[in-house]
Amino acid sequence: MRRRDWLAGAAALATVRPASAAEPTYRRGNDADPETLDPHRSSSVAEAHILRDLCDGLLTYDNLGALIPGAARAWTVSEDGLTLHFALRPDGRWSNGEPVTAVDFVYAFRRMLDPATGAKYAEILDPIRNAGAVNRGEKPIDALGVVADGPLSLTIVLEQPTPYILELLTHQTALPVHRASVERYGESFTRPGNLVTNGPYRLIDRVPGGAITLEANPHHPDAASFAIRRVAFLPTPDIASAVRRYAAGEIDSLSDLPVDQIADLRRRFGSQVVLGPSLGLAALVVNTRKPPFSDVRVRQALSLVIDREYLADGLNGGTMSPAYSLCPPGLDNYRTPPETAGRQGLPIDHEETARRLLAEAGFGPDRPLTVEYRFNVSDNNRTIAVALAEMWRDLGIVTRFVYTDAKTHFAYLRDGGDFDIARASWIADYSDPQNFLFLLQTGNAAAIATTWSDGAYDDLLARAAGERDLGRRADLLYEAERIALRELPWIPLMFYKSKALIAPRLHGYHPNLRNAAPTRFMRLDA
Amino acid sequence: MIRFILRRLAQAVPTLLVVVTVSFFLMRLAPGGPFDLERPLAPAALENLRRVYGLDRPLIVQFGSYLAALAQGDLGPSFSFRDMSVLDLIARGLPVSALLGTLALVLATGLGVGLGIAAALRRGGVIDRLLGIGAALTLSLPSFVVAPLLQIAFGLTLRWLPLSGWADGAPSHLVLPVITLALPQVGALARLTRASLGEILRTQPVRTMRSLGLPPIRVTRHALRGALLPVVAYLGPLAASLLTGSVVVETIFGLPGIGRYFVEGALNRDYTLVMGTVLLVAGLVMTLNLAADLACAWLDPRLRVAT
Amino acid sequence: MRLARMPGALASLTVLILIALACLIGPALTGHDFERAYPDLRQLPAGLPAQPDAAHLGPALERLAFRMRVRLDAVEREGDALRLTLASDAGVDRRSLVYLPRSALFGAPMIVEERDGGRTLVVAVPLRRLYFPLGTDVQGRDLLTRCLAAGRISLAIGLAASLVALLIGVAYGATAGFLGGAADAVMMRFVDVLYALPFVFFVILLLVFFRPSLTLMLVAIAAVEWLDMARVVRAQTLSLRERDFVRAAHALGVGAPGIIARHIVPNTLAPVAVTATLLVPQVILLESFLSFLGLGVQEPQTSWGVLVADGARSIEAAPHMLAAPAAFLIATLVALNLFGDALADALDPSAG
Repeated sequence: MRRRDWLAGAAALATVRPASAAEPTYRRGNDADPETLDPHRSSSVAEAHILRDLCDGLLTYDNLGALIPGAARAWTVSEDGLTLHFALRPDGRWSNGEPVTAVDFVYAFRRMLDPATGAKYAEILDPIRNAGAVNRGEKPIDALGVVADGPLSLTIVLEQPTPYILELLTHQTALPVHRASVERYGESFTRPGNLVTNGPYRLIDRVPGGAITLEANPHHPDAASFAIRRVAFLPTPDIASAVRRYAAGEIDSLSDLPVDQIADLRRRFGSQVVLGPSLGLAALVVNTRKPPFSDVRVRQALSLVIDREYLADGLNGGTMSPAYSLCPPGLDNYRTPPETAGRQGLPIDHEETARRLLAEAGFGPDRPLTVEYRFNVSDNNRTIAVALAEMWRDLGIVTRFVYTDAKTHFAYLRDGGDFDIARASWIADYSDPQNFLFLLQTGNAAAIATTWSDGAYDDLLARAAGERDLGRRADLLYEAERIALRELPWIPLMFYKSKALIAPRLHGYHPNLRNAAPTRFMRLDA
Repeated sequence: MIRFILRRLAQAVPTLLVVVTVSFFLMRLAPGGPFDLERPLAPAALENLRRVYGLDRPLIVQFGSYLAALAQGDLGPSFSFRDMSVLDLIARGLPVSALLGTLALVLATGLGVGLGIAAALRRGGVIDRLLGIGAALTLSLPSFVVAPLLQIAFGLTLRWLPLSGWADGAPSHLVLPVITLALPQVGALARLTRASLGEILRTQPVRTMRSLGLPPIRVTRHALRGALLPVVAYLGPLAASLLTGSVVVETIFGLPGIGRYFVEGALNRDYTLVMGTVLLVAGLVMTLNLAADLACAWLDPRLRVAT
Repeated sequence: MRLARMPGALASLTVLILIALACLIGPALTGHDFERAYPDLRQLPAGLPAQPDAAHLGPALERLAFRMRVRLDAVEREGDALRLTLASDAGVDRRSLVYLPRSALFGAPMIVEERDGGRTLVVAVPLRRLYFPLGTDVQGRDLLTRCLAAGRISLAIGLAASLVALLIGVAYGATAGFLGGAADAVMMRFVDVLYALPFVFFVILLLVFFRPSLTLMLVAIAAVEWLDMARVVRAQTLSLRERDFVRAAHALGVGAPGIIARHIVPNTLAPVAVTATLLVPQVILLESFLSFLGLGVQEPQTSWGVLVADGARSIEAAPHMLAAPAAFLIATLVALNLFGDALADALDPSAG
């Protein structure tokens, strides 16, 4: 190792002093260390929390999960829903004092979709005209439908009318980056000292495995209103010790909880345990190409005997809710989702039906169905797997487990490895049924081991994508979801909830569907 | 002596090369890659990423360019901390792990060797008997049990010490991690010292010295020189493993060291980070083994001839 | 033998035999299958009272009533039996009564009375008495049975992996030491390389490479643990090689494999026995570390490592989940270590 780096490391450690006592730091538990602070390369929820504090997109969220103006002051959507005009706020500033201009956003979108950037979730911006083609290298970067009409005026042209487009523009993939520093520092533009952002906070320090410390950005037009001047994001990979750190007052909030100990946490911390809605689904993916799972009766039987209430309220202590549909309730641009059988009616009837379906499919006491259940290892996944096996055992089904580390699991599914049933989960990027239902669409770029393909389903989704009337669009998507829930290529198990521990001295945290909790709207008692 | 050191260093180069080769190909052959996520990447995005990181080239070409970069002291960019190079990560984390490891090493050696000597001098005495059980006990406690127990006892119940965080190495933050790291080694070192000193105290020369009426303190000092040989030999690899941190201690106490990187790196398929840490450990193991051998030679003149 | 005169050695040996016996026959005697989950008795603390007790009966009945989609209008207890009054506006479905015995808390239900045209049903069910002296885990599985069943796996891994490590180590070390010269140098260089690889990395990769199984776990652990053995045996062999009886055998035309098998290996047994005894606890501890990382023994099998790792994570909410398996693990490891120490003392030729 070079001596210089050694010294640099030691010096970096030595110079970072915690804030003075007069200015309390919000110590924010944030499950994982971010992989990157480059918004265009980021992908995780933990990164989204930090980036929401660091950068302002054209729009952003408040602490209730409502869309509010960010870098844009106002916007209009054209009659045909294809053209959006944004007027940037004139007082928008980068953390080095330079004004934020429309050209910055053009640069950011182009960079995001440039194949050379290696952005993970470029496909999220597919609704923007030519975004997909640019990212695939089929069209030049300047073909992208994002244009600056003046220093503070930006136009975005879409491929199709997209009802969730405004929400999409809050996503980390749509955040701006400071061109001069990217060009000057290259790969290392996100380091403390190099990183220039336009959000409410700016980066002071980053210690991998330690903390990411931000302070209020004095150039931000609303800077005066931020009650919390300094926030440290602390990774909490070991959730059990994170709870101890919280109990000792070393962390002010946790964004994840040990679900098998909710009763105990409620006993110890009372109303500091805060659960809220969220946009996540936990499901079983069934290999519909492999007999006997290609038989819809087998899939229905497997689904019918799952006691989802026990999984969600019993084993997960109410931190999940039972799922009988793919779309969670409460999505924008949708109606109450259809349901697969199970919630209504008598469980004993469902059991009888399941038994009959299995018998019709050729299984019975003398020919038991054998299921191999694949999942990525975690305590909770193991608990759920064991419980599923118990439920299926009542039908005479024999369940074997194969569990591997996460990378192996995901790569195995992606590469089309042989499986019967596999665990999958999905956290949506925007509150729209499309963001759940596209998972089962044939040819979906980011499919999770989907072996199922259904012409009618694909057709409904395609028609919904071109439909401008939101009511009719919802009907089309509803029809599609009904097909999926009848065919059950995915067996929905549970919806996620956001789960947090919030110290009494922290105010302004409101659980919301978007899981948005920008630090700027929170307050900390001294 | 100089020739001996040079020869050992020369031997280290091919060993390191083999270590690099083996771990490079082991890592690459493992299923899954750094970009396999719960949410699969779109094929276009994956292709772009693989191109950006050069993972689309033949494996042997990648190995060649890795070696070429390595020769210039470049360990490459990390895959799981994409804003940082592996060198950055090690440079930031190693001081933390090394400080904790050094303190644990000093504590374990002082306590372990001291207790071992006391036990050997009074075989069957109170210390000896207690040490037998105590050493066995410390060797039997998994650190992922010790760490939470210490946190609960000293952090949550007694409120004497902070139970997590680094705080620039503030002493109060070091106590619990260092104890957790040192505990099993106290037992191991005490047992080793007791056995080897006990053996020497029973040899003919020592008995003769005693029977000649030499003061016990001088006899012990003489015996100790030889008795410490196996202890010093054990300290070499021990130091290497303590200095490079522990995944359990770092995750539970929330410390920014490099111990996590072996495990997280391997699980995240962070190829370059794993290679970097493997190289670091391999280098340290060999250096510290050499140091231990030199210390042994200094302790025991007979060994100097052999080397 | 001197070992027999050492009280410590005897005591630890007794403990080991008792634990091994308990693990072998215990699971058949506890009255629970180690896989059997009692959904209504999750994370039960350790204790002797019969279950379900008053505190767990209520919630259990509520859960079952919900599953039957009935109202629980009255619950009367008569000794070891319950009289339940179940009501539903849609009529109580008698088939649903199967959920009562399926919960394993109750015996077969008997219908006592039907009222309101089937909308109310009075049912008598015998209450079972279940005992969980060490409590239950997150799924409601008996921890005592699980600890004992886990012991089988942990001990089997400990012994088998140590045995494999022993065989590889002895064969490798003896060969290297006996051959000497360039062969020895090359062979020991290889050991150096393996020493220099961080073992965690090595084991994780092995576990990631192949479909996880007990055998793989064994191989992975053995693969990193044979190195010490090889070094010990090699050192012994080097000194034995020059001894007269080895030279004599050589002169008589006995081949290298013969000499190694007949003369070298038997004479290295003492240090090997000590190293091996101390290897077993190391292996068991390594398995528990892998379990902490989630790479341990897979369901439905379990090991002390898995149970201790689970327990360590819920140490505040359910301390019994840590205490029970940790006690088994630690008792075994301490006994093995003490036995190894005693063995070393007993086999030490210089000890008087």
